[in-house]
Amino acid sequence: MEAIKKIEREHMRVDMPRFKAGDTVKVQLRIIEGEKERIQVFQGVVLRLRRGSTDATFTVRKVSDGIGVERVFPLHSPFIEGVEVLSEGKTRQSRIYYLKKLKGKAARIKSKQIWE
Amino acid sequence: MAKTLGILGKKLGMTRIFNHDGSILPVTVVSAGPCPIMQVKTVDKEGYNALQLGFDEVPERKLNKPAKGHQSKAGKGLFRHLRELPLEAVDGYEVGQELTVGMFARGEKVKVTGRSKGKGFQGVMKRWNFKGMCASHGAEKVHRSPGSVGSCTMPSKVFKGKKMAGHMGDRRVTYSSAEVVDVRPEENIILIKGQVPGPKNGLVVIRKAS
Repeated sequence: MEAIKKIEREHMRVDMPRFKAGDTVKVQLRIIEGEKERIQVFQGVVLRLRRGSTDATFTVRKVSDGIGVERVFPLHSPFIEGVEVLSEGKTRQSRIYYLKKLKGKAARIKSKQIWE
Repeated sequence: MAKTLGILGKKLGMTRIFNHDGSILPVTVVSAGPCPIMQVKTVDKEGYNALQLGFDEVPERKLNKPAKGHQSKAGKGLFRHLRELPLEAVDGYEVGQELTVGMFARGEKVKVTGRSKGKGFQGVMKRWNFKGMCASHGAEKVHRSPGSVGSCTMPSKVFKGKKMAGHMGDRRVTYSSAEVVDVRPEENIILIKGQVPGPKNGLVVIRKAS
């Protein structure tokens, strides 16, 4: 088991910020088109964080022109240039699937109060 | 079957890693070697050419006297597993010489042999991928049965080799053209793309494909 964990550790990223469900994040994706490489941004609310070693993923939801779009990203993928946490959300659930049913004003998440 | 050089190993388990192009790759981690040559068999003496390899060191109390006597000839310690690799020619190999995973290179195709997990007595649907019978339309008690096993008066028998229910698994399986993803000679570890026959901690033989 130790040998497997060691291999997994080599493939895991340590530069990922800590975030959880409810947070608004900006995912910068490296897109390779032929020989060109560009960065695409996907910004939205994290619906869930699936923990694991190399197979950890997170789902981000955004509403684009009134249509909900969800994307699952492997957390440790080398295609991800970076993840920026824009705001922390206050949620009671760790998987906020109820957000899919809500529209407009109801589909907002209260931002976390930080006590100074 | 090409007679090729190989090594013995222990399946440690599977994981997922990221390929150099960023895609996800399922790999099996095998701890292989170093395997000392315990005996060199030749055409003159035994009637065929082969190398006998040892793997997985054990304390002295685990072996009986004849096994200890045979293994002490190589002077490399005592091993749980001894396996033969038939070869076309065994010139240049000596008793006591060690084979390591260094013989394999990244991207190389290998053959992996192991003993598959035993599944016990299984029906035809699981064992041979038969379709089974209707779930409804009046079918009664025959949902997973094989159906007809042959014709009537002619030939008035069931042909040999007919696929039927029976014991599944627990047999020698070779997975050919498996790709080597990575080799780590300092840790005696080899990563193979995809799956490898057998349970975790099972003995596997990795041979060169050609």
